[in-house]
Amino acid sequence: MSDNKGVEKPVESKLDQEEKRVGVFVCECGVNIGGVVNTRAVADYIGSLHGVKVTSVNKFTCSDSGQADIQAKIKEHKLNRVVVAACSPKTHEPTFRACIEEMGLNQYFLEFVNIRDHCSWIHMWEKDKATEKAKDLVRMGVERSKLLEPLQASEVPVNDTALVIGAGVAGMQSALDLADMGFQVYLVEKEPSIGGRMARFDKVFPTNDCSICILGPKMVEVARNKNIKIMSYSEVIAVDGYVGNFNVKVEHKSRYLDVVKCTGCAKCSEVCPVEVPYDFNEGLGTRKAIYVPFPQAVPLRAVLDKDNCINCKACAKACASGAINYDMQTSYTDLNVGIIIVSVGFNTYDPEPRHDYGYGLYDNIITAMEFERLLNAAGPTGGHVVRPSDCKEPLRVGFVNCVGSRDKNTNIYCSGVCCMVTIKNAQLLKEKRPETDQTIMYIDIRTPFRAYEESYNRSRDLGVKFLRGRPVEVKEDPVTKNIKVRVEDTLAGEMRNLEFDLLVLATGIVPNEGIGKIQQLLKLSKAADGLLMEAHPKLKPVDTTIDGVFLAGVASGPKDIPYAVSQGSACAGRATILLKNKKAITEGITAVVEPEVCVGCQVCIPMCPFQAIKFDEKVNKANVVKALCKGCGTCVAACPTGALEQCHFKNNQLLAQIKNVFRFEEVAA
Amino acid sequence: MSAEALATSATQTNAWEPKIIAFCCNWCSYGGADSAGMGRFQQPASARIIRVMCSGRIDPLHVFNAFLEGADAVLVTGCHIGDCHYVNGNDKTKIKYKYLENVVHELGIEKERLQLNWISASEGEKFANFIRDVTAQIKKLGPSPLKPEGVA
Repeated sequence: MSDNKGVEKPVESKLDQEEKRVGVFVCECGVNIGGVVNTRAVADYIGSLHGVKVTSVNKFTCSDSGQADIQAKIKEHKLNRVVVAACSPKTHEPTFRACIEEMGLNQYFLEFVNIRDHCSWIHMWEKDKATEKAKDLVRMGVERSKLLEPLQASEVPVNDTALVIGAGVAGMQSALDLADMGFQVYLVEKEPSIGGRMARFDKVFPTNDCSICILGPKMVEVARNKNIKIMSYSEVIAVDGYVGNFNVKVEHKSRYLDVVKCTGCAKCSEVCPVEVPYDFNEGLGTRKAIYVPFPQAVPLRAVLDKDNCINCKACAKACASGAINYDMQTSYTDLNVGIIIVSVGFNTYDPEPRHDYGYGLYDNIITAMEFERLLNAAGPTGGHVVRPSDCKEPLRVGFVNCVGSRDKNTNIYCSGVCCMVTIKNAQLLKEKRPETDQTIMYIDIRTPFRAYEESYNRSRDLGVKFLRGRPVEVKEDPVTKNIKVRVEDTLAGEMRNLEFDLLVLATGIVPNEGIGKIQQLLKLSKAADGLLMEAHPKLKPVDTTIDGVFLAGVASGPKDIPYAVSQGSACAGRATILLKNKKAITEGITAVVEPEVCVGCQVCIPMCPFQAIKFDEKVNKANVVKALCKGCGTCVAACPTGALEQCHFKNNQLLAQIKNVFRFEEVAA
Repeated sequence: MSAEALATSATQTNAWEPKIIAFCCNWCSYGGADSAGMGRFQQPASARIIRVMCSGRIDPLHVFNAFLEGADAVLVTGCHIGDCHYVNGNDKTKIKYKYLENVVHELGIEKERLQLNWISASEGEKFANFIRDVTAQIKKLGPSPLKPEGVA
């Protein structure tokens, strides 16, 4: 078959006759492997296997000297197969593939054996057993390596337009950087305005500068940039394709008004008789059924919330430009993009269902985000901090940290930002009303990064009290509606009974709905915290396991604003490699059909989710289209005649591994 | 095998360690095994992982061969349903597995010796617990009845 260039027949037959000369390189990974597995014993044992011409033990095989050792031994011993026994192929296979390729070997002649993550790290107290297991694993690798066949990686063209999903500060940064480098960017945002969470903050730590004052100009910059097409109030609903060539369907929810005609004057809101809780203010205060999301919204356009509209048509009468259109339908756009940046943000933990610390039961307990909106001059109270029960200014305010974080009952991870949020909020309240008595109840105070510790000290200097302990009991005084907290001061070693006018819960970071949707659409992985997982926690923090898809912001783990912005830029940088080169390298691992064996039963065809297998009716054979094949091998397992094979994971290669899990005792041999 | 290696293995015979072949998909369960390592989740030294790109690649042929070569148990693992890197390879695995399970059972192999589990790349602890649980079950059952003589 003309498409099956992965394995070229002449090469294969030559391969069969060629003597297999295997070199085995056992890595100690410092003490990570060497401290548990007797690497010398492994190398000695492996050296006795048929076809193994040389073995070598290195402190760090991935280092320059380790790689030089591989290259020298390839030359010296005329090696044609290389086995590296080290860490995970998921991180280091590319390194060693490049290393052997430099010596003229096909990169697929590398076999990578994991004796760290899968052996030394998980059998730390069973050194002998770990050594025996390492011998098995390397033996499996050696026997598989002898059967490896050369493959060619192929190039695919990359469409040089980008899609950014989520227009919070991280996504906006990605879009701006890519646009400034000259690439066309589609910026999709599910809310009616871009800006994300940061638009809701009052002031941001540690400098306490006004959040929207620094974000607003950036939002305008995004809107003005000719290379950015904002798709607000829109969601990505379908994605297919692969790196360089993603086909994306975007749904534009109806605003029930013409965004070209609308001027954002908000006359429609003034006349609208319907009031509903204002989501932008965390449900505090109200907005109308037709409303401009917030004064700095981009695009500055109204949106009609049809669920709450009573169809009185007052807005249509008030609108001078005649923008309102009650019959407007949801519309769709199909995009073709080369790369995708996912910056879908997060939610804050909701303490309502569990009534954590009495939230939802007692009026005067609010979350830090609600407090943030109370502090904000554009918030529901015009910046006056009042308590919900009687709208009085609270004089004694308690803050509880780690609500929905660092707690086995909710989320075990640290949300990273809440300590600083509380410290900042206490300072802001002190600035407004210095006489307010404030107590922060915490487990640990975490203030890494520049000027954070200084901000913590500043709060102490301002007279904010810090009490190390988690409240054990929170009750409301039925008469005064004050909040009574029983808390152990773990530093003083005594119980305290405190009374507050207002209690503020620093709720942690949790995944939002968008994360689940995007994970399914793009087939991304989730980490244990439910947020999206990067390709490597250290070395590929913004890449994913899907080529051409990158992660920015809190969607891939709790982080503060500078970190999210850095990731936005990092994604743009990583994406530019593809967008600028206009090509991507894809794996040579695909399925191939042996035409002589194929009987044309077509069982394989529905197995392929990528429509990569075509049936050639003229010759009654299946045929794999290499450009479409992703190399999963599902069709191969389904083929009843064995006509299909998956390159690099051929049956004989896998069976060699299976066979060599075991060894015959001397007596049996 | 060297005399020294034989001696080493002899000292370990008091605590028989089963040999379990675990087929792992590149994207999820292999990553889960890596995460178990990164999290240092200790587990019995019984499993030998064979990496495939997708659990859909796992052929009954591989499973039968594993038993015939001497595996005390065979584990088929992949991404959680809905999370497959190749859209739905694991759905096909699930269907195939049902038949495979029946056939293996018909052959008189105890059900504990063939197990299916979905493990994501972040579920290191789950992976380790799985290996620990299966190993404990197999230790109770003893070596596989299909294990050829002289195989270790």
